[in-house]
Amino acid sequence: MRPRFVIGKLLGALSTIAFVVVFDFFLFRVVNGDPINSMFRGRNLTPAQLDRLRVKFNLDGSKWEQFVAYVRQLLHGDLGYSLKSSRPVATVISEAIWPTLLLVGTATLLAMIGIMIGYRAGWRRGSKFDAGATSMSMLTYSMPEFWIGMVALGVFAAGLGWFPVGGLNKPGSTETGFSRLLDQLHHMALPALVLGVAYIGEYMIVARSAMIDTSREDYLQLARAKGLRDAEVRKRHAQPNALLPVVSLSAINFGFVLSGAIAVESIFSWPGIGQQTQFAISGPDFPMLQGLFLLISAAVIVANLAADLLYGYLDPRVAGR
Amino acid sequence: MSLLELRDLHVTYRGERAAVPAVRGVNLSIEAGDTVGLAGESGCGKSTIAGAVLRLLPKETEVRGQILLDGEDVYEMKPGRLRAVRWTGAAIVFQGALHSLNPVKRIGWQIEEAVLLHSKMSPRAARERAQDLLDRVGIPGDRVDKYPHQMSGGQRQRVLIALALACDPQLLIADEPTTALDVMVQAQVLALLEELQREKGLALLFITHDLSVLTHTCKRLAVMYAGRIVEEGPSELVFTDPQHPYSRALAAAFPTIGDMSSRMHPEGLAGDPPDPADLPSGCPFHVRCAVAIPECATLDVALRDAGPGRRAACVHVGAAHV
Amino acid sequence: MSQEVATSVPSPASIRWSRRLGSIADAWRSLRRDKLAMISLVVLVAFGVLAIITPWISDRDAIRAVNTADNPTWAHPSGSFLLGTDYLGRSVALQILWGARVSLFVGLMATLLTIVIGTVVGVVAGFFGGWTDAILMRITDWFLVIPFLPLAIVLASVLSRSLWTIVFVIGITSWPFTARLLRSQVLSVRQRLYVDRARALGAGRTQIIGRHILPNVTPLILASTTLTVPIAILTETTLSFLGLGDPTEVSWGVILNEAREKGAVGRNAWWYYLPPGVAIVLVVLSFTLLGRALESVLDPRLRER
Repeated sequence: MRPRFVIGKLLGALSTIAFVVVFDFFLFRVVNGDPINSMFRGRNLTPAQLDRLRVKFNLDGSKWEQFVAYVRQLLHGDLGYSLKSSRPVATVISEAIWPTLLLVGTATLLAMIGIMIGYRAGWRRGSKFDAGATSMSMLTYSMPEFWIGMVALGVFAAGLGWFPVGGLNKPGSTETGFSRLLDQLHHMALPALVLGVAYIGEYMIVARSAMIDTSREDYLQLARAKGLRDAEVRKRHAQPNALLPVVSLSAINFGFVLSGAIAVESIFSWPGIGQQTQFAISGPDFPMLQGLFLLISAAVIVANLAADLLYGYLDPRVAGR
Repeated sequence: MSLLELRDLHVTYRGERAAVPAVRGVNLSIEAGDTVGLAGESGCGKSTIAGAVLRLLPKETEVRGQILLDGEDVYEMKPGRLRAVRWTGAAIVFQGALHSLNPVKRIGWQIEEAVLLHSKMSPRAARERAQDLLDRVGIPGDRVDKYPHQMSGGQRQRVLIALALACDPQLLIADEPTTALDVMVQAQVLALLEELQREKGLALLFITHDLSVLTHTCKRLAVMYAGRIVEEGPSELVFTDPQHPYSRALAAAFPTIGDMSSRMHPEGLAGDPPDPADLPSGCPFHVRCAVAIPECATLDVALRDAGPGRRAACVHVGAAHV
Repeated sequence: MSQEVATSVPSPASIRWSRRLGSIADAWRSLRRDKLAMISLVVLVAFGVLAIITPWISDRDAIRAVNTADNPTWAHPSGSFLLGTDYLGRSVALQILWGARVSLFVGLMATLLTIVIGTVVGVVAGFFGGWTDAILMRITDWFLVIPFLPLAIVLASVLSRSLWTIVFVIGITSWPFTARLLRSQVLSVRQRLYVDRARALGAGRTQIIGRHILPNVTPLILASTTLTVPIAILTETTLSFLGLGDPTEVSWGVILNEAREKGAVGRNAWWYYLPPGVAIVLVVLSFTLLGRALESVLDPRLRER
């Protein structure tokens, strides 16, 4: 890959993150003129106390001064303080990140099974396998992911008792080491499965589409004429080409899976970013929301960057080779 | 025994609504070292024949008759035998548009794949062979790691030729190999094909709509119309003295450079190529024919003797008057 | 041979219209052949009708908590309560009916907003090109990268809680997809020669947009609309579930939120949390199937999917 390509993409991602920072800031300040007033309405505070709060929450001075201060804080890793818990937002987020990454990562891996299914369905378009796969995908795509979670909980946890109803660890458990890990996995099974099922359809549909488009290409005819088996033609020639749109999709999908995690974590009391978002909404805990929004957006932008770079690596026509 | 023999070949595509007869009773034989041209407009069935020889047609296609490659019926072969014969018995040089080569694989890899599939060579030996083949077609061996999109149209066509020769086939089927190229590049590619054919003693089946190209490259020529061969014979004769009205029109459509008379009267052919799903009655050409007589609408003519080694399917052939 | 002279020549406008009606009739006929699409249409019409006649067949007050104090709570489905009751004794079935009105209303309104903004941006960008296009596309790209649920959540939190907020929020976050789609369609129409010819004949910009571009883009808008509605409904459901909806209104998402908060899952009160989801699935699936069928009818290239 030419360095120009990589640098170009990096700069693009950075500029988008910059946009998000600005957007994030103004969204909260502009729409809600004086948050201090609305947040502490009903409490008897003197104007002096209110002013001090304003300073603490970085709400004094002109908008521009506030913005500069905000960016400076940001560069120091300071995202303000949560209204609910008074803990630094950055700390809360850093604690909540790992469970979410674990959950979303596992769910994404599960959902990617949809790619293989999509390939097979697209390769044999119109077959029973294809019809079945497409119907299942449309069905799961139509279900809100948290509803899938509720039903799964109802059937497998509350009903059959195979899985716990929530949380990361058994409440009050003192287990350590391997058995603790096993316990955590047990707790993660259902939410990861739910999230995976919710998004498997997207991967399947795109992979299928990509494969259908690819299967029309002439070079496959040539590959067959060489004497390759059908499966070899599919794997060696069709799939590498059909992979390209799927990679592009994965980045966008990551945003959806991350968003889906918000509701699913809520249902399963999974101590991740999603649950924090739910808490922040019920406040409303604006500094928390602001920080979470920034984090989630940045995560998606980085995922997009990774996908762009991967695409450049896979498709020689793109990266200027 | 002929290298390739088509016996009463009928190919019918199963369309969404109707069956489309693309090839309606073709007989053709090619001996080792023979050069045969197959000419005709789009939709006449010539590309279908190319696909049929290596059994590359869609699964639902109905194929009747026989295609004998070195005496073996291609459509009776077991899958394993078919895959072994592909590329080694006969290979196809497709049109070199960007779409015939896999865009995400290096050209060297694409040639090596064929070599490795049909031989026991080591990867290194296969790579050397790929470089040799590229050299032979005029592409420097160091380009072996390039991607198709990095090459020009003419170069891609040469890559396809190199690829086709990878397993030393006895029969080379060239399906419109020069159609997408500029005239200068066309000439180069044609010269290359002729050279290789002579050097390796290959049998060549050259499929195109450009009649003028065939007269030089092929000894024999067959003209197709609406799924049938309507004239065949030595290429020079068919081009300079066509017996079938369609061949006449086809030949006249390509002005001979230097011949003043053809310059003053460029001739085209009125009407469109017939829709294979909806062919006219009788002789399918009668609708566009300049010398059609009333019988032509009801009489479907078979190939008739039209001289030594020549045949044509016209009511006027073999008759006293034309 | 004598020739009949026509007594009146149809005007160009009427020829255009009769042609358009003809192609609409053709499209309808093709659509009718798709059984799934027809079933979906029936389902949607049924939901629509139910939603509209709800005020006539039931009383809004019947699901106000204050009036249901006498009802059994958490009751299983029975003769008097078709889908049982919730934690306050309110009829689940009635909530679903009233919720349909809200969910469908928000879904359709939000889609309208999305399509209007998306179409205007897309057509303007595609048609005028140059700086306009570049600027509009930059903005669109930025919006596309920001994950849309977090954005929706953030917007909904800072604005006041009401149905219109939700409509606005969904519209604001979804228009980029439509804009992109329409822009590429406009670009491909523009490339076609007849637009250049029209311009050579002296047609003004509005004429070109009105006569050539819009008619070619309209089928896409229609198909896109039908496919946007399910997304809007799902988004509204999720936002309501997270507590960002209008607290005074019932929507399917709100029902699910309450069901979860009050422990319906733990109590195995399936009649409370299953039906709203099933209703959502039915409506969303129907719109999606119908939308895909419309797409393949209106754009022959997609037919093979």
